[in-house]
Amino acid sequence: MEGAEAIAEAMVAAGCRFFAGYPMTPFTEVLEGMARLLPAVGGVCINAESELEAVGMAWGAAAGGVRAATGSVGQGLSLMQESLSEACNAQVPLVVLNMARGQGDYFQATRGGGHGDYRHIVLAPADITEAIRTVQLAFHLADEWRNPVTVLGDYYLAHVQEAVDPGPIDFGELPPKDWALDGASSGSGAAKVVSPLRGDGPAGSYGDHLARMGERVKAMERSVEPLVESGHTDGAELVVVAYGTPGRYVRYVVSRMRAAGVPVGFVRPINLWPFPYEAVARAAEGAAPWPCTSSTPGRCSTTCGSRCAACPCRSSVASATTAPGSASPPTSASRR
Amino acid sequence: MTQIVPTDRPPDRPAQLLDDFTPSLMATGTHQLCPGCGEPVAVRALTEAIEALELTRRTMCVIGIGCYTAFSSAVDIEMLQALHGRAPSLATGLKRVRPEGIVFTLQGDGDMVNEGLQEVIHAAARGERVTCVLLNNGVFGETGGHMTATTVIGQRTKNTLEGRDPAAHGYPILLSDIIAGIQGSAFVGRGSVNSAGEVARLGRMFRRAFELQAAGAGFTFVEVLTMCPTGWFVEVQEGPDYLKDHLSPVHTIGVLKDVGHAVGA
Repeated sequence: MEGAEAIAEAMVAAGCRFFAGYPMTPFTEVLEGMARLLPAVGGVCINAESELEAVGMAWGAAAGGVRAATGSVGQGLSLMQESLSEACNAQVPLVVLNMARGQGDYFQATRGGGHGDYRHIVLAPADITEAIRTVQLAFHLADEWRNPVTVLGDYYLAHVQEAVDPGPIDFGELPPKDWALDGASSGSGAAKVVSPLRGDGPAGSYGDHLARMGERVKAMERSVEPLVESGHTDGAELVVVAYGTPGRYVRYVVSRMRAAGVPVGFVRPINLWPFPYEAVARAAEGAAPWPCTSSTPGRCSTTCGSRCAACPCRSSVASATTAPGSASPPTSASRR
Repeated sequence: MTQIVPTDRPPDRPAQLLDDFTPSLMATGTHQLCPGCGEPVAVRALTEAIEALELTRRTMCVIGIGCYTAFSSAVDIEMLQALHGRAPSLATGLKRVRPEGIVFTLQGDGDMVNEGLQEVIHAAARGERVTCVLLNNGVFGETGGHMTATTVIGQRTKNTLEGRDPAAHGYPILLSDIIAGIQGSAFVGRGSVNSAGEVARLGRMFRRAFELQAAGAGFTFVEVLTMCPTGWFVEVQEGPDYLKDHLSPVHTIGVLKDVGHAVGA
């Protein structure tokens, strides 16, 4: 099946029962898939009148205790930024899909497109099979941390066809959503509140709430399992670092080059935040890292390159090359 | 049987307090709104309507950003805090996954008519089974009294010190009138809190709106004109008359739409 359809199936398999979105290429087919699948399982899919309303609806549904998601393309996510930032302080579990038109959205996803001291957990699958797992993991992590999780896909992921099995994957037990709203605590003297301005308990100081949210970001950095894939790194003189679809091409090219005797390896981060620095450093040990992204050549410093400054493996960072064999995706000027 | 209390001798037992009329869902004395503010009166009428219809144990509020945000910790109803203008979309998501609940938004004119105009109109058009409540005082109260989309011609605000002039500042938006013209809306009422009679009338509008939501009739809307003497730069005791003389003639009071029966309640 097509990637967009597989992603929709995976979301429903994960228990997602609310989806809202606004059509935009190449995200539109995910919205179509959810619109087709959700009513059959008693879920709700709304074709929102704007991206602002889509993220708002998903926020409201998540506050009601249901697994909820929204998505768009980078430009649409730009519109959603106020909500995507505040939903973190509101401790609302939300899965956000970015079916990006290139890899320029790395900056938005991991460096903060919105205001305040927030972070999303960011996952970047390289192919449809991985996307099926990643999307389901996203719902698990969102519920575990009560924080939005962004899944960074792209045009290729949405429109390539592969034979896959989008069945449910169990990531383990989660606590019940006692904090979710249903009206039952109204009039009890302790009516529940879901708010970015305060925690769940009695109204305390906003400063204390922000401090607790800051601690939670640090806890996510420490505890979210770092996911990477690496290969051919033993004895490599050059290690190519790439994520998403380019990572898939790099994996293939590196294996062919190795077969021809070239001492090259690759490491592919799947988590983009928290970024798996130790795993990347270990894979690139003794070699020169070479970041590869489908962003505009020269812009790679916003991806692995600049962050590798704090990484023990950094020596010199070469300029990016576009992934071999890639056609250019639709430009941001043509918003359809 | 009626007790006849004799008045030719002292009473047999002391006077008893039968009711102090403290609203049960509102914590009194904990908000820091200005003296003469109409919003607490409106919120009280709303909560009393919820209780009268026995809907308390399934009611949720999606609250916007403004002076009234203080009620999120002073009203004993489940609260979902929304961003400025965004309450209708959050209410949509919440109601769709909790259809047996009663969901209402609580927003000011700056929130609903300025920032969030498209959200409330789309929610009405979709016929979302929620009740959007507009607290309309014609100013951005919390940020100091600037003009909103509902400020009336001639009204003095921080950025219309000579009074709102159509040539420079355009005309007010009469939101209830717009919502009444949208097919998805089932009830649209505009009330006020400048007198006891208006408060009673408002209470009936709230009850009708929530009744229709519970019956799944469609989108319901209640606009409440409230006093803001601080934002209007008038004395506290002049607030009710200012409302009656300046806001009510423009944002006309009454039931503008009711799918259940003929308008004019």
